[in-house]
Amino acid sequence: MEALNLFLKAAFVENMVLAYFLGMCSYLAVSKTIKTAFGLGLAVIFVLGITMPINWLINEYLLSDTGIFGMDLTFLRFILFIAVIASMVQLVEMVIEKFSPSLYNSLGIFLPLITVNCAILGGSLFMVSREYSFGNSVAFGMGSGFGWFLAIIAIAAIREKIRYSNVPPALRGLGMAFIITGLMGMAFMSLMGIDLGV
Amino acid sequence: MAETAVQEKEPLFGKKERKLLTDPLDSNNPVTVQVLGICSALAVTTLTFKALVMSVAVVFVCGFAALITSLLRNMIPSQVRMIVQLVIIAGLVTIVELSLKALNYPVYKDLSVFIGLIITNCIVMGRLEAFSLANKPWRSFLDGIGNGLGYGLILIIIAVIREIFGKGTLMAGSPFGQFNIIGASNETMSYMINTAAEGSWFSWYTNNGLMVLPASSMFIIGIIIWVQRSWNKELVDIS
Repeated sequence: MEALNLFLKAAFVENMVLAYFLGMCSYLAVSKTIKTAFGLGLAVIFVLGITMPINWLINEYLLSDTGIFGMDLTFLRFILFIAVIASMVQLVEMVIEKFSPSLYNSLGIFLPLITVNCAILGGSLFMVSREYSFGNSVAFGMGSGFGWFLAIIAIAAIREKIRYSNVPPALRGLGMAFIITGLMGMAFMSLMGIDLGV
Repeated sequence: MAETAVQEKEPLFGKKERKLLTDPLDSNNPVTVQVLGICSALAVTTLTFKALVMSVAVVFVCGFAALITSLLRNMIPSQVRMIVQLVIIAGLVTIVELSLKALNYPVYKDLSVFIGLIITNCIVMGRLEAFSLANKPWRSFLDGIGNGLGYGLILIIIAVIREIFGKGTLMAGSPFGQFNIIGASNETMSYMINTAAEGSWFSWYTNNGLMVLPASSMFIIGIIIWVQRSWNKELVDIS
């Protein structure tokens, strides 16, 4: 139950994109059409959901002073976390290339860039600083992935429509995307306080 | 040795070099034009001092990562270059994190995960891919510093606007003391402004709570882009 609560909180209240602005680069760059946004969103859910538990295990059993080396190795945290993420992204890339070449082509450069998607590393670092348990880290990973997915789908849909509106030329494209994101962030704030009351 | 040879052939601060430093400040700004590095940035802009620390960290990491990558560029096999770059960046970020922890612990606590997120800051990675892998060390270093400064500039503009209108202060929490700019003390904000802003100029002003919310940084950056593109017409998005 606590895990479910955390899932909802990570997906809606503390949404990675709209509350912390993590993963903005690919969020802004890939959100021009819903189709590519959908594919990237799924990839992010997968990568976040997998790397979070792996990084939890690494942090608990390799890096902490109660782990197998018996000393405090937390200064290696960044390097190990990013290595896990990079290899997982490589895996996802190979899977997508095999099963859906069209999606692979449309995602292009942004697939390897999931490695440097701040939402992924940020999720792992939040998990460490908030001291989640293993179960909670899985829930948090899936939840924040799902929240990212929702946010990118929403803005892609809005950006597809806003193409027909009369936006000032200097604000067209990027500028408008920022302002829409701000408005969406405020809308998501109204979900604050969601709690299953466990 | 290689470096001195480069310096003899090309002037240390010729026109090209100066362009490398100033271009990212306006017409090739990493945040508003290249759309890089927004990720780890916007959450730290509530206070100017935090933004300042973050900018210094990014300038440092960006400059030295570019320098090291450029020195190693002929030795890195292209298949594993991403991993090599990430290791270089992660090493530098670890240095920054540990020094900040030793020098100013409250700010370190405040920035929490965002220092670590410099690793995935697309500016650093993007400039390494686009520039350092193909250019000589000195020029790559300048390019890295320039892009770090361009990022810091936007960050500080946002932070100044947000702090003045949201909290009525400037540089709160810094070791140099804070300035009370506008507004009387607001009940909900009084933990931030303990001196009730007695010396401030516009004491009728009520702090704007919106500016403290994360969403406001999106609006401000949108407006910055609008202003910049209104006078620099080349940047306008035609699609």
